[in-house]
Amino acid sequence: MKQLIVTLIVLFARLVANAQDSLNHAAQQPTGLNAGNKIYVVLVVAVTILIGLLLYVARLDRKISKLEKHSS
Amino acid sequence: MRRYWWKILSIVLLLYTFIAGLLIPLPYKTAYEDSNLYESMRNFFFHVPMWFGQLILITVSLVYSIKYLRKPDITYDFYATEFARTGTVMGCLGLITGAIWANYTWGAAWSNDPKQIGAAIALLIYVAYFVLRNSMTDMDKRGRVAAVYNIFAYFIYIPMIMILPRLTESLHPGGKGSEGNPGLGGSSLDATMRIVFWPGVLGWTLLATWITTLRLRVRLLEEKKHTVNF
Repeated sequence: MKQLIVTLIVLFARLVANAQDSLNHAAQQPTGLNAGNKIYVVLVVAVTILIGLLLYVARLDRKISKLEKHSS
Repeated sequence: MRRYWWKILSIVLLLYTFIAGLLIPLPYKTAYEDSNLYESMRNFFFHVPMWFGQLILITVSLVYSIKYLRKPDITYDFYATEFARTGTVMGCLGLITGAIWANYTWGAAWSNDPKQIGAAIALLIYVAYFVLRNSMTDMDKRGRVAAVYNIFAYFIYIPMIMILPRLTESLHPGGKGSEGNPGLGGSSLDATMRIVFWPGVLGWTLLATWITTLRLRVRLLEEKKHTVNF
């Protein structure tokens, strides 16, 4: 029993240490969209605008196709 | 739905240019050591394709104007006008993006660079084309005068934007003398930049053609409606 408690305490300490380590690590090395001086944020914004515009043009295309069908 | 593979190609190429254009490593020497471009060198993937696309579109417009003069079909006139219109829109975007870029690398949005002035004059010549065209109501006369003017406009445009700036000192690459940025074209445009730049040119040109065809289809629908009513 004593052994088990000690093991658990050691494991918990290890867990805390791990968490602390990954916290420090995260501060030094930004991940996800924060990485690369946040250039990925610009990328996502620019690509969102591009996709929006392209969808708009594609819908316009379909609408005109329908009009052409009706008129012929 | 007619053949639409090129529309998908345009979307894929543009997405590729945006992603690769923002992420690929720049040639360090050209961007940081030989110039004050730094990361703004990536504008090369977005500003320059505007002008390449415009050049291609107004060349198509020129071809349709010549076709109209050979065989006066009103459809050719519509094609010439709409290609010139989308081309002019691209030119305006090119001028604006150029001014923004110039503000941070040459110190002023407008520094009376020969290429800036040439591009502005060339755009005004094309604006005059639309004014001239809309000032006439007779369809045949309008088509013929507009076609002849369009041919002249094209052959003034080319020296204005491509020849004259190279004969004098220019901040733009390719100018005479040592002033300005190192040439992005030719030998200093390295291989990684080429593989983003040329797909970008093709993607933007295809998108502009797509928008042009949409306008043309609306135009032809209107035309059909008018002839049915008569």
